Amino acid sequence: MTKLTFSATAAALAFTATATFAETEITWWHAMGGQLGETVNKIAEDFNASQDDYKITPVYKGSYEETLTAGIAAFRAGEQPNVMQVFDAGAATVIGAKGATIPVQDLLADNGVNFDINDYIAGVRYFYADSDGKMIGMPFNSSTPILYFNVDALEAAGVTPPKTWEEFQTTTAPALKDAGYIALSQSHLPWIFTENFMSRHNLPFATNNNGYDGIDTQILVNNDAIKAHFTAVTDWKDEGLFEWYGTGWGDNAKPFEEGKVAMWLGSSGSFGGLLQKDLPFEFSATELPYWEAVTAEPTQTFIGGAALFAMSGKSDDENKATAEFFRFLTAPETQYFWHQETGYVPITEAAYEVAKKDGHYDRFPAAEVGVNQLQAKAGDNTKGYRMGFYVQIRDIMNREYGRILTGETDIETAFKTIEKEANELLARFGKTQG
Amino acid sequence: MKRAGFDTIWLPVALLMPQLLIIAIFFYWPAGWALQSSFYLQDPFGFGSTFVGGENYTSLLGNDQYKRVAVFTILYSVLVTFFSLAIALLLAIKADKVIRGAKTYRTLLMWVYAIAPPVAGFLGILFFDQSTGPLTKFFQMFGWDFKLGVDYNATATAMVIVAVWKQIPVNFIFFLSGLQSIPRSVREAAMIDNRSATGRFWQVTFPLLAPTAFFLLIINITYALFDTFGVIDALMKGEPGNNPMTLVYKVYLDGFRGNDLGGSSAQSVILMVLVLILTVFQFRLMERRIHYT
Repeated sequence: MTKLTFSATAAALAFTATATFAETEITWWHAMGGQLGETVNKIAEDFNASQDDYKITPVYKGSYEETLTAGIAAFRAGEQPNVMQVFDAGAATVIGAKGATIPVQDLLADNGVNFDINDYIAGVRYFYADSDGKMIGMPFNSSTPILYFNVDALEAAGVTPPKTWEEFQTTTAPALKDAGYIALSQSHLPWIFTENFMSRHNLPFATNNNGYDGIDTQILVNNDAIKAHFTAVTDWKDEGLFEWYGTGWGDNAKPFEEGKVAMWLGSSGSFGGLLQKDLPFEFSATELPYWEAVTAEPTQTFIGGAALFAMSGKSDDENKATAEFFRFLTAPETQYFWHQETGYVPITEAAYEVAKKDGHYDRFPAAEVGVNQLQAKAGDNTKGYRMGFYVQIRDIMNREYGRILTGETDIETAFKTIEKEANELLARFGKTQG
Repeated sequence: MKRAGFDTIWLPVALLMPQLLIIAIFFYWPAGWALQSSFYLQDPFGFGSTFVGGENYTSLLGNDQYKRVAVFTILYSVLVTFFSLAIALLLAIKADKVIRGAKTYRTLLMWVYAIAPPVAGFLGILFFDQSTGPLTKFFQMFGWDFKLGVDYNATATAMVIVAVWKQIPVNFIFFLSGLQSIPRSVREAAMIDNRSATGRFWQVTFPLLAPTAFFLLIINITYALFDTFGVIDALMKGEPGNNPMTLVYKVYLDGFRGNDLGGSSAQSVILMVLVLILTVFQFRLMERRIHYT
């Protein structure tokens, strides 16, 4: 009996082996957990089912930071995956290491896949590009910070979602407070209140063209506009209009989901998750507010999220498979599916058109907010930023902002500390590239 | 009289070899690498690297956050060591006196020992949850707006409590067996000389427990410095933010989250020196001050 089972299994195995003989297998390391991870798996399955020559296997490697570290360790051991997802803060590290990746633009051209950077929507084109505008990483899950709001709460307070921080301060927030709500929370101070504060107001974030044009870059975070913003934020907190629940993303989203906080600054990529949670109230979203005192015309924001990088050191066959996967991934249908399921923006104009035609935005107006914001007026400082050791720089910001909000330090000292420590790290990163 | 010994040098070498190999591969080799890379600044992917001399060390000394972490580490180690030893000793003395159901008590007290540090950390997260945690509510009863992950002191308190809770059983086991190995005759003689239980404890029992206590002191300092990593990592919930952390955790953060291998190596070399000092201190003090009967 055992013997029979064994030989049957062996025969089955042999059969499978023959059937899959021609397939080129590639791996994809990503950081998409939960509902996002399921969608990633579905995309991989669809790609595998769409043809017989290639097979991609997605592997979840933990958080963005963990995925990057795992990828680096694997690369040093010669065991890198074909495709690695790297988040915005890790862009300088992976793009700086010339030879670690194949620029996606070259990969596609070498394997006969059409590529035109202008097919991509404005906001995502250059974030993962080099200083000459060549796309290095394929923007995969592109999101941008937007303002979610509890429709019932705003109706109860008799206000509309704020366009500017001035409106929030004088009208929206006090009304929400009177209606028994904490007006606002946010989930990522460095991303929403620093990086995108700069892009929304078209302020330079770093020297050297936001860091794209050289490695002797200095951060420009210690400026009056952002310090005034943080002064306002601490005032709001003191007045009970804003609350900070720690550095964790979920800790700040939870009070909004529970209906305690009326408005929450999160990612456009949070949309799918919120929809699935079946919240006890109706929610919608609007664009990231700006200070009228700083700019009359708000500009487009940076994309957050992550990009897919094709790792070097792989055979031509495997690179071909990676290129084909990217072709599948950027197809309007795949992008629309991804956009619908998660809320991450469609990265190409064509995919955006498909979504529009299908009436997606009539059904879910909130889903279009991120796309619109990324296509808003561009400025000199809105293309992105490129700074080394940026994961640590974000951690420094998080630390100092936390200390400001718990009264351990004052705004002036905190921004001086961030500037000093960030510039030290940037100088150190410059030396690693030597 | 003939001294027992080996005829050739090879047999003892061969017998020592497995142990030496393990130490060489898992300690000396990586330690050597750490020392070397602490003098370089290296591209994470391993493409470029620059020799920077002692810069990785000097930049640490000028860094306020490093000082803050060092101060917290000392404070944290003192608190964790003190409370886990003191509470375990108290429990051991009480358990030693229990006659009926003694085994049940002891087993229950030792149980926690089987819990892994990260699991202890996750239990901590449940107990200290901002809105539903029972211990959060407990502290709020005393007017302390306890917020894990927001307030520095609250997070530090949670880290100490979870680390102490996790360590008590180990200390308890050692203290209890130490207490039980004190000869009955000594205790009875003490009973005649001194009617005060407290007096008897400090004059007779405690000195006899000293070897155990000293051994545990070293073990607990090492635990607080290094093995609490899992607890701290779990309570941090993936975001260091403005949370307190120990030196070991910072080595991990800078090296494995920030990919700054040079800076992280310099920090681990500093820790290695610290452990070396601790070991020397342990052997010196053990020889001079502690008498084993």
